[in-house]
Amino acid sequence: MTPLSYLTGYGTKAYPVTALTWGLLIISIVVVVIVTGLVVVGVITRRVRPETPLGEVPVDRRGSGLGLLGVGVGISTFVLMISAVWTMAVIAKINAPPPGQKPLVIEITGGQWWWKARYLNDDASKVLTTADEFHIPVSRPVRIELIGADVIHSFWVPALAGKTDTIPGQTNETWLQADKPGRYRGQCTQYCGEQHAHMAFYVIAEPPAQFEQWLKDQLQPAVAPTSPLIAQDEHVFVEHCGACHTVRGSTAGGSVAPDLTHLMSRQTLAAGMLENTPGALAGWIAEPSAVKPGTKMPDLYLSGPQLSAVTTYLETLK
Amino acid sequence: MTFERVPATGTASPGYLERLTKIWETEPGILGWFSSVDHKEIGIRYIFTAFIFLALGGVEALIMRVQLARPDQHLLTPEQYDQLFSTHGMTMIFLYAMPILSGFSNYLWPLLLGARDMAFPRVNALSYWLFVAAGIFMYTGFAMGAGPNDGWFNYVPYANKEYNPGLNMDFYALGMIFLGISTTVGSVNFVVTFLRLRAPGMSINRVPIMIWGTFTASVANILVVPSVSLAFFLLWMDRNFGTHFFDVSAGGQPLLWQHLFWIFAHPWVYAIVLPAMGMVSDALPVFCRRPLVGYTAVVLSTLATMTLGFGVWVHHMFTTGLPTLALSFFSGVSIIIAIPSAVAVFAWTLTIWLGRPVITTAFLYFASMIVLFVIGGVSGFMTGSVPVDWQLHDTYFVVAHIHYVLIGINLFPVIGGLYFWFPKFSGKMMNETLGKWSFWTSFIGFNVAFLPMHLTGLLGMPRRVYTYPAHMGWDTLNMVTSIGAFVFAIGIVLTFINVLVSLRSGRIAGPNPWDAPTLEWSMSSPPPPYNFAVLPTVASRHPLWEQRLGDSHGTSTLDEGFTLDDKRETIGTTALDSEPDVILKMPFDSPAPFILTVGTSLIFAGMLIPSRLWAVTAVGCLVVIAAILIWLWPERELGQRVESSQ
Ligand code: HEM
Ligand SMILES: [Cu+2]
Repeated sequence: MTPLSYLTGYGTKAYPVTALTWGLLIISIVVVVIVTGLVVVGVITRRVRPETPLGEVPVDRRGSGLGLLGVGVGISTFVLMISAVWTMAVIAKINAPPPGQKPLVIEITGGQWWWKARYLNDDASKVLTTADEFHIPVSRPVRIELIGADVIHSFWVPALAGKTDTIPGQTNETWLQADKPGRYRGQCTQYCGEQHAHMAFYVIAEPPAQFEQWLKDQLQPAVAPTSPLIAQDEHVFVEHCGACHTVRGSTAGGSVAPDLTHLMSRQTLAAGMLENTPGALAGWIAEPSAVKPGTKMPDLYLSGPQLSAVTTYLETLK
Repeated sequence: MTFERVPATGTASPGYLERLTKIWETEPGILGWFSSVDHKEIGIRYIFTAFIFLALGGVEALIMRVQLARPDQHLLTPEQYDQLFSTHGMTMIFLYAMPILSGFSNYLWPLLLGARDMAFPRVNALSYWLFVAAGIFMYTGFAMGAGPNDGWFNYVPYANKEYNPGLNMDFYALGMIFLGISTTVGSVNFVVTFLRLRAPGMSINRVPIMIWGTFTASVANILVVPSVSLAFFLLWMDRNFGTHFFDVSAGGQPLLWQHLFWIFAHPWVYAIVLPAMGMVSDALPVFCRRPLVGYTAVVLSTLATMTLGFGVWVHHMFTTGLPTLALSFFSGVSIIIAIPSAVAVFAWTLTIWLGRPVITTAFLYFASMIVLFVIGGVSGFMTGSVPVDWQLHDTYFVVAHIHYVLIGINLFPVIGGLYFWFPKFSGKMMNETLGKWSFWTSFIGFNVAFLPMHLTGLLGMPRRVYTYPAHMGWDTLNMVTSIGAFVFAIGIVLTFINVLVSLRSGRIAGPNPWDAPTLEWSMSSPPPPYNFAVLPTVASRHPLWEQRLGDSHGTSTLDEGFTLDDKRETIGTTALDSEPDVILKMPFDSPAPFILTVGTSLIFAGMLIPSRLWAVTAVGCLVVIAAILIWLWPERELGQRVESSQ
């Protein structure tokens, strides 16, 4: 299956929807085939010799056709009713997560053009903030609270759940559950400006133990600089990038851009746009506007040494 | 009867015809051209202008398709792409799809109804001029690099000044209000014409379906255009005067925009297909050599579609977090609304089966429309189902859907209608060989472009993206779509070429080349300026076929009837039964509608930057007042003279 296909579902919420999608799709295809057949066969069997002037073909009522019209409309109505009932049943089924397990709660904020996540917890020290790659445990429902930072975006992980918009001024809720471990791609689907095309994210489903380990690691502050050189690099980073980005454990504490505390644990950069490789990272920081025109991250015009200091530092953020 | 003067009855004599021609003819020369209120002239202008916009929108589409042919291309910047898809949507939906139908309806209505013009000929001219001016206004923004860039539905907050500081949104917002005036006055004209200008005897169950379609659409427009005009006005206020209707930071509501917009726009998308469906209902049977199966059912289905159409707007908002109960309701209606469409589809199909189809180019366009309609219909039915729509929404599946609906149910009938009525418009036949080529190229190209696009959507490609990564499963599909788009475009160009060739050297058509049953075919092609020398009296749905069909309601009389030749006059009839009721004095040509449009354009131009250009608006107001004075200046000749009391 391709990354954003929803013809296969991988979770409790997705199964009934996938079935309904296939069901309606098959009904649709059958209807199209039948009507096309009726039209084509009708034209071929009933036509008069081509090029006959119309005036030479007698005009006649030839039956009212109302009975057949009633049959066709009757069958259509029946099929539509079945589809409506099926639809209602699926809505009822996926309206809320199945009872029993306490859902994990993530607050996700859509902003131009990246995703911020906060793993909520009653214990404030266990609230994790991260960006663009969200780990979840398999077979446990995840409740997602959606917040709009600027314009409207839409949160969509096709293999797991349909779309829900993030709208400024209101908190929307949705839920999903992955039943198989995997890396599921998500995508903003509400047009939100220049880089709407590059506003992807990943949901990474893991066995519960692995997930707990990940959460524990992520909650740790960044590793402290292990050498004076790195400490200098950190300084360059804080000075140029700290107003927008946070690295917990350093004095970089900006909140308008993705948290970078464990950047190296992520597989992609710039909302799913780039593979997280040293080259891509350096290219991005050197000139974000060339990579992602319109991006809210400014061009910083770093000198060569500054650029390598920043990337060297970031590469320590495991 | 409530005539104040009882009209004479008789047949047309040569002297009488000459007199009528003098009375109804538009003055030659440039002033005459700007002053004409002849519905046929206006209809042709509408059609011509709408096709220009179709061509513009088509070029925009092809540029987008080059960009999307392969992944990760950089032919266009994101901003260029955004303006292109927004302008393409705006053009096709507002400047092509509705105006083209207004053009056909303007031209055909009086001819189908047995009248000499529309109820308000000057309003008719006004609606055309306003449409042209609004179109130019919107395209001025685009030409200045400030075209709309937030899609045709223009969601806030992205349309707010904070995120969109240029003039883009001001051009779009004001242009839409501007265009709304044109639509509204045009719709009022259709509604009144429908109610009062039908030929004596043409009771409402004898009216061609195309008339029903346009009438229904017009009623809808009158009801819903205020909603969108209000929305755009509020947006303009937010952007220019610091109000906060849509500004969240001050308690404004993004969803308010969506409701106001879709309360308008969903009915609108029915309004841009119902008249076209009517064209198929009227013209397809001509080629099947029999009346339409289920006339009454089809009329009722037209009305039902529109009525239900008011209750489905939320299906554009299924993902916005509305309560599940509300979603279920709107989902139900969105599925049920397919029933009236099924009525039309089966009526057409049965008309083919119970008729003897003669395959002409026009017939091919109409018959293939049935198939395209069903494809667009079933994809609409799928998006009507909430859980499925949560997946389909805003993917290329929806892009495929809108194109099947708009091209299938609007463009194909329109081109079929062009092949069908061109002889009436011009007196010449279109070339059938070139016609068949144009049909097959268009039909194959269109399906190659848009059928695979359903799959692109099911594989998750989001819409409104200026590019996409490779290896998502979309590469081949997009390439196929782009190739199909160009083939389709060639098909449309072939039709345009056919028009030009046929205008010059087409076969002479004669009054009724298709041996069709309705009133427009009872007169010469092209029709004389006064349409009907004597006003016809109608006794059945198919005045020109009734002998052969053995309709037993009496016979229509076409060459003997009321002779009205005291200035411009036509007959007004009662709303349901079409009893002759009143002699209507019709206005003569006037430049007032054009001047009024110039004034209105100035008003809107000034509103672009109200703080600096308010003087332009003020001058515009003066021009408008002057135009209204010219327009309404009392004319003795337009007064109903009381010659005898009843
Ligand atoms: C050669 C023919 C056409 C092609 C190749 C074409 C192609 C496209 C493309 C590429 C998009 C942008 C999709 C996106 O970025 O999400 C689009 C959008 C659209 N098209 Fe077309 N189109 C064609 C004709 C038409 C016609 C005839 C109509 C209407 C009568 C129409 C109505 C629309 C609408 C309403 C949109 C949505 C705009 C928006 O998202 O705001 N198109 N089309
Ligand atoms: Cu977005």
